This record gives sequence, structure tokens and C-alpha cells, in this order.
Amino acid sequence: MFFDEEFETLPREAIQALQLKRLQAMVSRVYHCVPFYRDSLDKAGVAPDSFRSLADLQRLPFTYKQDMRDSYPYRMFAVPMEEIVRIHASSGTTGKPTVVGYTKKDIDNWAALMARSFVAAGVHKGDIIHNAYGYGLFTGGLGAHYGAERLGASVIPMSGGNTQKQIMIMQDFGSTVLTCTPSYSLFMAEAAKEEGIDFKQLKLRVGIFGAEPWSEAMRNDIESKLNLSAVDIYGLSEIMGPGVAIECAAAKKGLHIWEDHFIPEIINPETGAVLPEGEKGELVITTITKEGIPLIRYRTRDITSLTYEPCVCGRTHARIARMSGRSDDMLIIRGVNVFPSQIESILMGVEGVEPHYVLIVDRKDMLDTLEVQVEVGEEIFSDEIKHLQALSFQIEKKIKEMLGVTCKVRLVEPKSITRSEGKAKRVIDNRPKA
Amino acid sequence: MHVEQISVFIENKSGRLAEVTRILGEAGINIRTLSLADTSDFGILRLIVNDAEQAKGVLKERGFTVSKNEVVAVEIPDRPGGLAELLQVLDGESINVEYMYAFVERSGENAVMIFRFEETERAITTLTGKGFAILPGERLY
Repeated sequence: MFFDEEFETLPREAIQALQLKRLQAMVSRVYHCVPFYRDSLDKAGVAPDSFRSLADLQRLPFTYKQDMRDSYPYRMFAVPMEEIVRIHASSGTTGKPTVVGYTKKDIDNWAALMARSFVAAGVHKGDIIHNAYGYGLFTGGLGAHYGAERLGASVIPMSGGNTQKQIMIMQDFGSTVLTCTPSYSLFMAEAAKEEGIDFKQLKLRVGIFGAEPWSEAMRNDIESKLNLSAVDIYGLSEIMGPGVAIECAAAKKGLHIWEDHFIPEIINPETGAVLPEGEKGELVITTITKEGIPLIRYRTRDITSLTYEPCVCGRTHARIARMSGRSDDMLIIRGVNVFPSQIESILMGVEGVEPHYVLIVDRKDMLDTLEVQVEVGEEIFSDEIKHLQALSFQIEKKIKEMLGVTCKVRLVEPKSITRSEGKAKRVIDNRPKA
Repeated sequence: MHVEQISVFIENKSGRLAEVTRILGEAGINIRTLSLADTSDFGILRLIVNDAEQAKGVLKERGFTVSKNEVVAVEIPDRPGGLAELLQVLDGESINVEYMYAFVERSGENAVMIFRFEETERAITTLTGKGFAILPGERLY
């Protein structure tokens, strides 16, 4: 099933031809409309009309989140404000947020790409979409909402929070599709269980989860606890919002990135060099259809890899692997690179361990320390100390074997790790800032 | 022949033990005896109460991880060497004691010890064979 079969199944040569044409037009437009790009292209010595092939993209300088902050709020916009019909902003954890503006056509494209994404995930007209992504400056809520309407499905604009009510509505309204962060889906499952509500009695069939990295093991856990088919969706407000890429229900192996609108590259985050297909590195995206705020080689900070292998679903667009973390989430512990998602995978591989964990990083006597807090639920509890100690030891040993870092596992009481209704906080870094 | 025991996971931080006993007290549950096994991070509180099922329920409701399992209560002559005799019998049969603790009240002239064995049934058969009295749970609750 496709939403836009012609474009979703374009042969590779046709995708590339379209990308080149759109890239040339975009670069020449931003050169003339955005002083930031004129400066950066001039500095790099690239003439905007000198593009002959897609490989020329590599001659262009990167754009960083900091560039957007420096242009706060509107200086990166490539159209006059009269053309902007919507403004979103990213959840800036430090300082000013990054601001993005959409023209009417941008909103239109976004809705269409999100509708494509819904269909790829196995959603169709007639579904009731329970949208628990936050509505507001965050792009999640409205992005999914417009896509659902474009598809012609019924959308319930729940937004985040008020879990009891979410569960009641899902039950009473007969929601068939759930959209939220993966950690919030598990939070809801837990809350439902406490109220004696069985997710297996609900009509949910598909879950579309994103906005934070999650593991394959967590997918299995969500699928069994919520009794639905869970797919990963990717997006970021700077590029558009949700619907930049999505897993197809047919393969659930990598996320199709809509290449008629975005050009993905994988680079070595330290050197900036473009990496060959299949290698892991930072995802860089160039938008080629956006009008409001086009971005050239935007550094997403997300770590993944790219494949052009044909997919069983019939879509010809490249796939990015599930995000294994963010280059700025990456913890360096005694020189070893550690992503929280790697630890999550290990924990989920231990029988009975729940996906509620926190990593506490500290420094003692000049040495980094890593503590992994794991909740003790009934499944792993024992009246004998030795069994619990063996469990801690088993996890410590696995982490050492697989990641090469020594850690200490601390068993904590259930619910002592804060539950999140949005993005889960997985890391507390108490090391003094350099 | 078995005694019901509940075990509670508690983090090693102030107030947790008080919290458990307060919850049980408010629910009108009487603690008959208890023991606390602790490590540097956490402890396992083992309790024998007058109503194990209800105790488990109220603690779970308050977010504690609780399990219920069976232990054995044995009468031991209350004189020097009483416990040593019993342990010798177990040792002779290579029966492992996982842990043990004392019951607060006496049973007539005898002291009462609570045992968690690796092989409960074999331990009971061996001890009764050697003349030790095993107390049923109802005598303790």
C-alpha cells in the first residue's frame, strides 16, 4: 500500500535526477535570499550555479544548530514573513530555541510526507489515530495531526500527559493507532495495568513511536505489552518535523527517508568526511523542497547508517538504520564511547528486567564512574541476596563484554526512576564541566 | 508443615524500613518476627506476619516489590549446644541452609528457629526423622 505510489517507487536514477534539479534550484535561491548562505558559500568558494552532479554537494559547507541559534529568530528564513503561515521551535535545552517557519506549500508537503509515513506503517483511511505527541511549539503533535487528516483517517488530538484520560479515551473511542514517544507508550501500559485494563482488549493495531532513540529489544517489549505493531518514525523540527523517515510495516528494517525532499549523507562527525554506504556516522540532511527555511547539509547529531538496498515493501527510497544515539548524547566514559541505547539493549536482553533505567555518570579520584540503576520488579526479585547479586553481576559483566566499560549496577525499588510523559531522561552526568 | 514468609525489596536509604512497618501497622497486620539481610545498596526484609496474603497486597499497592515463599520453623532445645545438634544433623546429610533467623517467642521450653533450605522437603524429612519438631504456620501467625 502506498500513499503516493509514483514518487515512493521512483527508480533510483529518477530520484537522483530529481534531487539534482531540486538541489540546484534550492542552492541558487538561498544564495540570493539568505545572507547566511551567501556568506558561507562565498567563503567556501562555491558558485551557486556551479552544480553539475550530486557529488558537488560535498563541496558545500555544513549548517549547524548554532547557526540557527545565531540567526534567531527569523534570519535564516528564505521567504518574506508574509509567506510564512506557521512557526515552530525546537525544545532548546540550553539558551534560545531554534525557530523554523513554514510556507503554505511547506505545510502541504509535510502533511503529504506524514501521510506517506502513516501508510508505510500500515495505517489507512478509516483508522482512528490517537495522537499523544505534544501539540504546540514542538512539531510532533501538529505534524502527525495534519498527516492523519491528509490521509483521511480520524485523528484524536490528545497531546501528551493526563495518562488516565488517555487510556479511557483509547478504550472508549476505539483508537486503532497510537502515536507518541516509545517511553510514554510503556508508561501508559504500566498505568493501564495498574488500573486493571488489558491492552489486549483495546483495538490498537499500529503504534508509531519516535522523538527519542529506542532499541529493537524495546520494540519487542512494547509490541507484547501494548499488543500492536510498533514502528519507528524519525524527524526533527529543523528539517521539517515527524515524517522525514519511517520504517515500513513490511520490513521494519531501517527507516525510509523521503529522498524526493531530503538528501541524506552519513559523515564522520569528527572529520566531516562522507562515509561509504553502510558505515555508521552522523546523519546530515539537505532539504531540497523547503521554502520557509531550507537547510544545506544540516548536522542532525543523530548517529545512524544508510543503505540503498531494495526493500521488500517496494519503496525505492534509501533507508537509515534505527538511531543508535546522538553524537551529543554520546557519553565518553574513560575514553570509551557509550550510547544509552546500547545499555538499554543489554538490559532488555536480561530476562525480567524492565526498560526503566538511569545512567549516572560521575568522576571519583580523576576516574569516570558509571552507575546503572535498574528497577527490581517482581519478576527478578528473590528472597535470597545471592540471586539479586548474581543479577547485578550478570548485567555488569555483559556491559563490560559488549561495551568495554566497567560499571556498577544498583538495584532500586520500582517506580523510583522518574517516569516521563515526553522524552525520557536516561542520563545524569555529574562530572564537573571542563 | 510450612510457614509463609513475605520478602520485601528495600533500597538502602533512610526511612524505607519505617515505611514498610508503618504500612503494615496501618493495615492492622501484626509482625511476628523479621530479619533483614543487607548489602551496601539494598536489603531484603523477611517477615512472618499474621496475614501474609494481606501484607503482600498492601505493600504491593504502595509500590514495593514483594514475594511470598515458604520457610520452615523448627523447635530447638533451649540449652547450650541445641542449635549445634540440629546443624550437625543437616551437615551430615549435606543439606544447605540458605539463611535462618530466630522466632521471637518460645514454644514451651523450646526456642524456635526459621530456616530457608535449598531442599525444603528433604530437610523436613531428615529433621523429623531425627526427632525435631517442625511447627505448622498456624502456631506462629
